[in-house]
Amino acid sequence: MHYCLDEVGFMYAYIVKRILATIPVMAVVAVFVFGLLHLTPGDPAAIIAGDYASPSDIEGIREKLGLNEPIPVQFYTWVKSVAQGDLGVSIFSNLPVTKLIGQRVEPTLMLSLFTIVIAIGVAIPLGVLAAWKSRTFIDRFAMIFAVLGFSVPVFVIGYILMYVFAIQLKWFPVQGYKHLADGILPCIRSLVLPSVALGIVYIALIARITRASVMEVLAEDYIRTAKAKGLSSQVVLIRHALKNAAVPIITIIGVGIALLIGGVVVTESVFNIPGLGRLTVDAILHRDYPVIQAIIILFAGVYVLVNLLVDLSYVFLDPRIRY
Amino acid sequence: MENSIAVANRTDSPILQIKDLRTFFDTRDGTVRAVNGLSLELYAGETLCIVGESGCGKSVTAMTILGLLPKPPARIESGEILFEGADLLKLDERDMRAIRGNDISMIFQEPMTSLNPVLTIGRQISEVISLHQGVSDRAARARAIEMLDRVRVPDPHQRVNEYPHQLSGGMRQRAMIAMALSCNPKILIADEPSTALDVTIQAQILDLMRELRDDFGTSIILITHDLGVVAEMGERVLVMYAGGKVEEASVEELFHYPLHPYSEGLMTSIPRLNESLAGDGDRVRLQEIPGMVPSLIEKIPGCLFAPRCSYASEKCEAESPQLAEHRKQHYAACWESSNFAQRMESPTS
Amino acid sequence: MAALDISVADQTVGTNETGRTIEFIRRNPTVVISASVLIAMFLVAIFAPYLATDPLELAPWDRLKPPGEFGWFGTDHLGRDVYARTIYGARISLSVGLFVALVSTGVGLFIGLLAGYVRIVDTVVMRIMDGLMAIPGILFAIALMALVGSSVQNVIIAISVPEIPRVVRLVRAIVLTIREMPYVEAAVASGTRLPQILVRHILPNTFAPLMVQATYICASAVIVEAYLSFLGAGTPPEIPSWGNMMAEGRVYFQFKPWLLFFPGLCLACMVMTVNMLGDGLRDTLDPRIARGMR
Repeated sequence: MHYCLDEVGFMYAYIVKRILATIPVMAVVAVFVFGLLHLTPGDPAAIIAGDYASPSDIEGIREKLGLNEPIPVQFYTWVKSVAQGDLGVSIFSNLPVTKLIGQRVEPTLMLSLFTIVIAIGVAIPLGVLAAWKSRTFIDRFAMIFAVLGFSVPVFVIGYILMYVFAIQLKWFPVQGYKHLADGILPCIRSLVLPSVALGIVYIALIARITRASVMEVLAEDYIRTAKAKGLSSQVVLIRHALKNAAVPIITIIGVGIALLIGGVVVTESVFNIPGLGRLTVDAILHRDYPVIQAIIILFAGVYVLVNLLVDLSYVFLDPRIRY
Repeated sequence: MENSIAVANRTDSPILQIKDLRTFFDTRDGTVRAVNGLSLELYAGETLCIVGESGCGKSVTAMTILGLLPKPPARIESGEILFEGADLLKLDERDMRAIRGNDISMIFQEPMTSLNPVLTIGRQISEVISLHQGVSDRAARARAIEMLDRVRVPDPHQRVNEYPHQLSGGMRQRAMIAMALSCNPKILIADEPSTALDVTIQAQILDLMRELRDDFGTSIILITHDLGVVAEMGERVLVMYAGGKVEEASVEELFHYPLHPYSEGLMTSIPRLNESLAGDGDRVRLQEIPGMVPSLIEKIPGCLFAPRCSYASEKCEAESPQLAEHRKQHYAACWESSNFAQRMESPTS
Repeated sequence: MAALDISVADQTVGTNETGRTIEFIRRNPTVVISASVLIAMFLVAIFAPYLATDPLELAPWDRLKPPGEFGWFGTDHLGRDVYARTIYGARISLSVGLFVALVSTGVGLFIGLLAGYVRIVDTVVMRIMDGLMAIPGILFAIALMALVGSSVQNVIIAISVPEIPRVVRLVRAIVLTIREMPYVEAAVASGTRLPQILVRHILPNTFAPLMVQATYICASAVIVEAYLSFLGAGTPPEIPSWGNMMAEGRVYFQFKPWLLFFPGLCLACMVMTVNMLGDGLRDTLDPRIARGMR
């Protein structure tokens, strides 16, 4: 990479601009999340107090949570406390929400990372291959596989995998999650089926975009020039084509995180993994608003962060963007 | 159109010899006979121009030489391309790769899109050098700078680190030339190298090519539809029409005595500045060649140009003309050439 | 590729209607096949009462019978006929898919047109849309369902809302592009008023990409409805939807897999067909604008 002073200045400006742009987004999320509790029919304090509370209990809660203040004040207080790391207390379990999340973070994190690694590792080579051998048997097969993967819902795949590999073949545990502390191999073993189930959609998405993007690049004139110079197919593909094709691919990886997050919720339910997804489902069933709010903020925050990273990566991928 | 192999006035053997090449494309609507029986020779150090309008097969010929056509749908029906004792059409991919960029190089029409936008100029030049000459990256880069200097790119040490979008069109074409000549190839194929450039830049690029040709001794196949370029650069000219060769001669011969009605049509359709007021002060109209290029799918008996030719006779429509030497070292595939030649000697209009 | 400039003589295809139809089928097999399958599914759903017995009929004495022994698809834990429930489930899935596609496309179109043309609306609206897109769709839908309670209409609304931002983005992008076109400038210069410009010039350009996007939304909606029902936050449990069936059947999964298998299979088939239709449409219609979509 070769930079001159101008470019460095530009890049800093670009990075700062991008980071600042995330603020309004999170603001909208915050408004939405805050609005959730207050838009629910019924009295928020009564909901929080639960079914068996007395009127004085409810009044007490109202005081404690400052629900008598005007809405904008409440919003401000709430944002302030969130920014300081206080996400409230769970109605259902009476534990601070941060603690609850802390307990459940590891399985979800491991599952997500594992899934992303598998997905990218399979999808990109698959897409590149399909583009290189476009219109042949390999290509058609890969693309049909991609449509299938995109269409079959996660839990259907999950149950099929479970049936075949866990119940019949007994290669993997049927359900549950083994923490890292119990050993890395058991941990991975318990994650294989859920990751594959979750990852298939992601693979399908990434492979399709990779194929489309690489195919578009391969039709460009500079690929013809590269071949005319005597470079081998591998070099042409990897050095000349891939970098040009990268922008849409990286973009879709970022956008796909949203799919991943949604899928995590269902997958953890199917495979009984005690992670954030399960927490969400339980919270919703019990109308545990503080937890729901916190989780939405968390997931939205992750999504925004990942997309920020994606945006920043553009500068490194395409030199034309520097101007 | 059938050809016999034209013999030029050289006693040494040609470095490139194409014999009766047929390149076809299998499409959904039929088989397109893009090159249908072309033969030519290229001698060391000479500049051979291939002229013709879009679709006549000149670019396809160039791509066939380097084996750059996608094999379906393209198909080499028959023919040979002899280079250094081997038939290029029969070489496997590895051997062809050793030749591309190394012994035979090609530059293309669009410098804007023919360079990879995410790699530096230096990288794109040095990778050819590293590949074929097996030198270290450092040495390759030094040589790249040298080449950039050779092609008159100002400030090559700076430019070598720049990306294509930072260069002007003329600079980019110079960079492409640098890339193509970096391994000192024996043959340079230039496919419409100046067409996409501004007129002033065109002249510069052509000057540059002439200079480099003299310095390096490279043979050049220059493909163009612009007769001005032919006049500037060419030594021998080959006129193609609808997949075949219709005339071959030295540049002077062709310009002064075109022997094929198509070539004559090309000459007369060039506006000449001093002819706008001819004879009795009337403006002269540009003569265009009426009609359209024929379909390359249907088999047409007889001369492919006959439908548009004002000299066409019955024989022309029935039988495909052979290439014959009508004047010294000057070949044309036309039944009416002799009538033609006579008319040239006694101009009427 | 610039080098391959081949002039091919125009082959005239038969100009009569049958000839053209056959040509269309030949060139766009994906669209034709998937559309046909979908129409078949539609018909099955509409004629459900004639094709199956009552899906709600309880028959606890015949519970959990495997397929073949009782009914084509077996019975569930309450003795209900899985085959009948599957057929009726198609109604839910199809209606949810269709209505979500319609609602989100309609609302998105409206907002997108406004945003594309009115600057102030644009900045505000796009920020809001960006924010809404950051919330994962399923969580969004679940949260909305928690807010409004369980019913099929609410499911439709809850699934549509998260899909709207994407449609708005698409429409706005199209509006911005078309706005710059010379023919629109000409129209403005000759005094055409805004509503007319919108209807005459901009709207027609949105049809093709919107139609493609709508099919993808439909497919996604069918899946999301299944997810929601599976998690207990979707269609009310009395109504036979594929998601509900799978939610109920998961407990018995290890030994009575047919409870999950049949609804799952039908779900996959429907979604795949709709996706293929979307792909086919995208390839047939204007490739340039549509290519940016998944």
